[in-house]
Amino acid sequence: MTPEAWQAVRLSLLVAFWATVLSLPLGIWVAHLLARGRFRGRGLLNGLVHLPLILPPVVTGYLLLLVFGRKGPVGAWLEGWFGFVLAFRWTGAVLAAAVMAFPLMVRAIRLAIEAVDPKLEQAAATLGASKVQVFATVTLPLILPGVIAGAVLAFAKAMGEFGATITFVANIPGETQTLPSAIYAFLQVPGGDGAALRLVAVSVAVAMGALAVSEWLARRVQARVAGREDA
Amino acid sequence: MLEVSLRHRFQGFALDVDFIAPAGVTALFGRSGSGKTSVVNAVAGLLRPDAGRVALPSGVLFDSGSGVDVPVHRRQMGYVFQEARLFPHLTVRGNLTYAARVRGRRVDVAEVAALLGLEGLLSRRTGGLSGGERQRVAIGRALLSEPRALLMDEPLAALDEARKAEILPYLERLRDAAVPILYVSHSLAEVARLATTVVVLEGGRVVRAGPAGAVLSDPAAAQMLGLREAGAVIAARIAAHEGDGLSRLDTVAGPLWLPRVAGAVGEAVRVRIAAQDVMLSRARPEGLSALNILPGTVSAVRMGEGPGALVQVALGDTFLLARITRRSAEALGIAPGVAVHAIVKSVAVAQGDIGAG
Repeated sequence: MTPEAWQAVRLSLLVAFWATVLSLPLGIWVAHLLARGRFRGRGLLNGLVHLPLILPPVVTGYLLLLVFGRKGPVGAWLEGWFGFVLAFRWTGAVLAAAVMAFPLMVRAIRLAIEAVDPKLEQAAATLGASKVQVFATVTLPLILPGVIAGAVLAFAKAMGEFGATITFVANIPGETQTLPSAIYAFLQVPGGDGAALRLVAVSVAVAMGALAVSEWLARRVQARVAGREDA
Repeated sequence: MLEVSLRHRFQGFALDVDFIAPAGVTALFGRSGSGKTSVVNAVAGLLRPDAGRVALPSGVLFDSGSGVDVPVHRRQMGYVFQEARLFPHLTVRGNLTYAARVRGRRVDVAEVAALLGLEGLLSRRTGGLSGGERQRVAIGRALLSEPRALLMDEPLAALDEARKAEILPYLERLRDAAVPILYVSHSLAEVARLATTVVVLEGGRVVRAGPAGAVLSDPAAAQMLGLREAGAVIAARIAAHEGDGLSRLDTVAGPLWLPRVAGAVGEAVRVRIAAQDVMLSRARPEGLSALNILPGTVSAVRMGEGPGALVQVALGDTFLLARITRRSAEALGIAPGVAVHAIVKSVAVAQGDIGAG
């Protein structure tokens, strides 16, 4: 593979890693809110979280550009106060990937939380655990495999994000040219098919690997919730 | 001592109870839907009642009048749920030490593990435990949380008879502890073995409350408790294990011979004698196979609506309950103050009817 292709793979891994790590705490919090919370606007929050799954990615990318672009309200504020720019930078690719992967992550974690019997959390409270302690000592350990499964799915999704990324941060080699953008770029030039195919193989391998890991972890959450010796 | 006073409206059901649970076991007895679990949940803080007061000598847990509502995790109520609710991701030891760890303390599980026979299970995960083992772990976990009161919501209901028999002796040992125990049950046999105080609930209200001996032998309460299961509990002491397989027990009314009773000579036991297993005779019967003939005085009679009648017989300061026909009661002239002999067949008393005193 060409250095350009390797650069795209490396950048994709970097973007997917940060997108996953940075959105995980928020993902756990939102999943917990959706699974256990009873508040006004729960349906609205649920819709908002799932919006990137339903909207055309190019729309999500354009909305990101409107809000986080250098002239957008949040983007201008970030640049004015922190000198931090997202548009057409790899950090913007992280944001786009995180937003697009968020629904998958929240969904996996939410399912894991819903599999935890609230009666166990009640029992923990009667034994002296505060709400935070209940979450840290009962809920979180029981959903950990689900959290990891959600993170793996989000990572794979972030690796493959194309539409929102190219709209928000374009396709700049070495800065914002992720793996899918590179495949797209190779396909635009005559004789680029070979290079594109090799990147396609990398994509398929990453996706399959991520799926296998998340399936295996999902099975472990069941064993853990059942308290089996092999868990 | 635990003071409970609660008012709460559910959809189509109102809870309105007042009672005091002294040291020992206070049984909350009633049919399913009578509000027993709601009472315990309100004491634990899992249910916030519309109004009322829950207080221990060491502090008020809930008082709608003054706006006190101590959160669940600060109440120190050791709650044993019907379905154990063990933490599946922790070992037995991890479950037992959970309360100490969230409070940042260390705890020695040895004593409680020995009391509940858990020594061999400490490193096991909870998924492979039997129902009886799970419930013993749950009891141990509650005991090790430094509870100011123990709440037990039908801890034996999900178990078969053999497992119940396995756990009952452990519960009897807890009765002597200083903390009051609120014990929810719909099984009269369990209540008779364990309770020192009985509170009978019906439709969300207390219909009868008092010392176990008085409530269980009260002909008026028997109707609420269930006629078939009605029966009094009398205190006894094992006097001798005799050669023919019988044990002699001393009671205030004289000796009682029962099939071999587990326990050492001198040990105090409580014996539940079902009302339908007691016969009455005006004269001391002769040539009768029944071994136990206890002289006493009729203290209360309640004629049933059907053919039956319930007769309370005073034997010194304890009471027996006899369920006979109205026809016999009339023929014998049974009325308060009449001297009678209560006849109990030895074999009518099963091993499960005898508990530690």
